[in-house]
Amino acid sequence: MSKHLIDFIGISKSYDSNLVLDDLNLYIRENEFLTLLGPSGCGKTTTLRLLGGFESPDKGQILFDGQDITALAANERKLNTVFQKYSLFPHMSIAENIAFGLKISKKSKAYIQDKIKYALKLVNLEGFENRSVDSLSGGQQQRIAIARAIVNEPKVLLLDEPLGALDLKLRQNMQYELIRLKEELGITFVYVTHDQEEALTMSDTIVVMNQGYIQQIGTPENIYNEPENAFVADFIGHSNIIDGTMIKDELVEILGARWACVDKGFGNNKPVDVVIRPEDVELVDPSEGTLQGEVTSLIFKGVHYELDVMAGGYEWLVHTTRFVPVGTKVGIKVIPFNIQIMHKPESSDEKAVEIDA
Amino acid sequence: MRKFKQQFLAGPYLIWIIGFILLPLIMILYYAFTNGDGSFTLSYITAIADETNRKAMGLSLRLGIICTIVCLVLSYPLAMILNNMKIKNQGLVVFIFMLPMWMNFMLRILAWKLLLSKNGVINSILTGFGLSRINIINTPTAVVLGMVYDFLPFMLLPIYNSMTRIRKDWIEAARDLGAGNVTIFLKIILPLTVSGIISGIVMVFVPSLTSFAISQVLGGGHVLLIGNVIEQDFMQGMQWNAGSGLSFVLMIFVIASMTIVNIFDKEGEGTSIC
Repeated sequence: MSKHLIDFIGISKSYDSNLVLDDLNLYIRENEFLTLLGPSGCGKTTTLRLLGGFESPDKGQILFDGQDITALAANERKLNTVFQKYSLFPHMSIAENIAFGLKISKKSKAYIQDKIKYALKLVNLEGFENRSVDSLSGGQQQRIAIARAIVNEPKVLLLDEPLGALDLKLRQNMQYELIRLKEELGITFVYVTHDQEEALTMSDTIVVMNQGYIQQIGTPENIYNEPENAFVADFIGHSNIIDGTMIKDELVEILGARWACVDKGFGNNKPVDVVIRPEDVELVDPSEGTLQGEVTSLIFKGVHYELDVMAGGYEWLVHTTRFVPVGTKVGIKVIPFNIQIMHKPESSDEKAVEIDA
Repeated sequence: MRKFKQQFLAGPYLIWIIGFILLPLIMILYYAFTNGDGSFTLSYITAIADETNRKAMGLSLRLGIICTIVCLVLSYPLAMILNNMKIKNQGLVVFIFMLPMWMNFMLRILAWKLLLSKNGVINSILTGFGLSRINIINTPTAVVLGMVYDFLPFMLLPIYNSMTRIRKDWIEAARDLGAGNVTIFLKIILPLTVSGIISGIVMVFVPSLTSFAISQVLGGGHVLLIGNVIEQDFMQGMQWNAGSGLSFVLMIFVIASMTIVNIFDKEGEGTSIC
């Protein structure tokens, strides 16, 4: 793909004695929508704030277009941020808010007027110039915050959980808006969220983080279908994560039964984690299943039913469009392709494996 | 029935308001616009133009303005420092600055008299080191010093309050959009503290304009403010009409400055303390 725009090289950062980032290495390509995804405290916001220039790293370098920007202040960097709390200036009108950055870079009045019009149109809030910040809803304020950032034509737009404070419906709409904006502007988006669905919907690349380490980098499909370790599998959607033993290539033993799979190279008789997505579990006649069990709960979820099936001493999470009443005896079957084998983490803090995107 | 009960409960306050606020006001208005035998006259109002009164009023205004400016110049940076302090118990530090406010102000002024007087504490120390004495007691300088000392918290508190309401992410957003420190101060911090500044100005200016006790103690009878003239009219000369007339004029000045507050201070910053 295109060239590296931003490089994090060996970045470490701690607050007091609390290590937030440990030797982080990451590159961001031009024009990609990259999402930093992880639970709170995983270091994703710190990574974004380091890039924005609001924090400086204890160790390491940040390169922007090949230039070292580690020591540059936030106001000297060619990127703009959309903050979680919108952070619109309360004493200025919407137009003044949007014009803030342009006035600082001493653009002409006509240029600023044009830009305000263009930006408001882009975020679907035409005619809002003279409104006050207070009179806008959360979603509208967030759009203005985006408009305020993009009028400065940054090469990179940083978004710090910008949809976190919005309700579900609005959040989904804004996701499409953001994708559209990204297409129209053709710039790099670096997006921070703890919402896996948001990340999967919008991103070109997802960086899953936990406890200051990168757990996996990849495309949404990649991350979802082939999680690198149990943490990623668990964090991206609900999964069945089961202790297993790799008997030999393409054969794994879980819950006392042997399953054909497609993974190789784990060695013989090695303990592994096995991930099976709830939608990949097939419920069949008990005689046809690899494992036999009984449905213990059934919840209607709209598109599908969510079932718990007790089988082989493990409570399987199953998604199916079929109605299977509680108490039904069923067999469990999974096709080899849908059985995902992962290395057991070597230490308890689940250090990331070095991986290339 | 219920309405009657409510009115009954309001009774004590009504009596208070009538007895101690409305009645005195009416009396002042009555005395200000009548002469000894009860007929209407404007002469006690226009008496402000007499030389002594005019000079006293002028001095009051001048010292009030100087005191206000000094308080502002001291308080604003102080409020910024307090607000930027990276300690847990910021409230405690602010409380320490506010502490003198809870002490009787006459006591504090008398303390300054002891410090500043010819053979007072400061001069004893200065002469002890072989330095020359400072003679500011009984001058307008001493009066301003006393006023500033007394009224500083009234400037500091509203400014500090307005500053604590500036969110950190606004500053970060401004910096993100390219603003340097000067721009951030001029475009974000200053406009967002204007209401605090206005409140502070009125809360210092009004009491310093009307003060008479500070000038009496630290001015030693040499600094005649409009408050002193009024006090003399009432207490020494028993000229209630003259005193009321000047009080009325002074009240006009006070009301004028309060009106300015109401125009600028829509968030009611000043009301939190008075």
